Amino acid sequence: MSEISVKDKDIAVPGEVLAVGMDSFPGIGTYREGENIIAALLGLVQLDGRTIKLIPLSGRYIPKKYDTIICTVIDVSFSGWRLETNSPYSAMLSMKEATSQFIARGADLTKFYNIGDHISCKIVNVTSQKLVDVTMKGMGLFKLKGGRIINVASNKVPRIVGKQGSMVSMIKDATKCSITVGQNGLVWINGTPEGELLAVNAIRKIEEESHLSGLTDRIKEFLEKNKSTIKN
Amino acid sequence: MTYKERLDKRKFDEPRKIEAKAGVIPNADGSAYFKIGNTAAYAAVYGPRNLHPKFLQDPSKGVLRCNYNMMPFSSSGERVRPGGSRRSKEISMVTQKSLLPVLDLAEYPNSVVDVFIELPQTEAGSRCAGICAASMALADAGLAMKDLVAAVSVGKVDDKLVVDLDYKEESYEDGPVADIPLAMMPNHDEITLLQMDGLISKDDLKNVLEMGKKVLKDIYEVQKKALKDKYRQK
Repeated sequence: MSEISVKDKDIAVPGEVLAVGMDSFPGIGTYREGENIIAALLGLVQLDGRTIKLIPLSGRYIPKKYDTIICTVIDVSFSGWRLETNSPYSAMLSMKEATSQFIARGADLTKFYNIGDHISCKIVNVTSQKLVDVTMKGMGLFKLKGGRIINVASNKVPRIVGKQGSMVSMIKDATKCSITVGQNGLVWINGTPEGELLAVNAIRKIEEESHLSGLTDRIKEFLEKNKSTIKN
Repeated sequence: MTYKERLDKRKFDEPRKIEAKAGVIPNADGSAYFKIGNTAAYAAVYGPRNLHPKFLQDPSKGVLRCNYNMMPFSSSGERVRPGGSRRSKEISMVTQKSLLPVLDLAEYPNSVVDVFIELPQTEAGSRCAGICAASMALADAGLAMKDLVAAVSVGKVDDKLVVDLDYKEESYEDGPVADIPLAMMPNHDEITLLQMDGLISKDDLKNVLEMGKKVLKDIYEVQKKALKDKYRQK
């Protein structure tokens, strides 16, 4: 029988032995060396049956296929746009993926998206060398006009979205803002100034308290309490 | 045989007082503070991020770039001239080489992880303090690492084997001195940095490395606690 020396939701440090024995399995963020399962990350332990996983607590966003992200246009070329993705790698939006409109040969692409514009897009492919291709065909993918963009830690994004988007829709309902959460840690909020402010505060609260239990209830309470600041 | 007791009354295998803290620089992706005796080091990690100039990029894995810097007012004697020197360049290089074996940068091709080590106060053992701080900062930045790196200097003063030499011991004049900075992965017993200044016999070297290993395990515990405390408090 293997011996697991950590509890669920403990914090593990690289090099720390998490379990001894061959009937536990190393999950994400861990590795096996002989009989031992060792942490390879600073992260939160999650025991999933006989598998030991580590959830990272920090780190930059790395582009992943099918992620919806919020980008800034940084360059316009002959065939498309280069985008800044809040990660070590830039992304390419080709003309074909940008719009269903007809674009004439030699047209001025800045008419569609200019340098400095923000867009929401979806990653269609990431190569081994981290060349990223994105598309704007799909629901909720468009040029972002107005509103504000805030930066949150990318590993807190699942908490901001909540289970099946429950958290973000709760904020949307309470603040009457439209909100797009990018997996890369950029969040676009558009609504009345008061609503936007409340949404920003709520998201900051989630970011700070994400690892404590009962988060949904506390955010609900926070939104109820501050609802009166919004004019309809 | 005049060195019977250490100048600051420590035991021969006792390091100076150690303090560590993680997450001290909010702007950085990861950061840490490590103090041993009167030597203090801050480390800040940025990245993985885009690497320029482009010819430095490696398409097979990420690049680790370290920068060691002593602040002008940091030493106890003369003002240290600001900016890079021959010495700081070498220490940056050995720091990078001592940290690279634990890091897995294969996930981040063509990018760079920058480590900045700043020393506001030094009194011997600064590269070791820098390495300890840097390895904590790398873990704090969420990078994949197979172990932390702990470092301490060991050596021989007169005829005594000692751990963690301070400045007075390094410059001891009544006998020969050997100063050996040592960095290790504490859980793997693998040495990642071993340099030497002075002379020591083969047997003494073996013995003093064993003394160093024991202290490094303690330093690892301090690093571990500091990293855990960052999340426990909140």
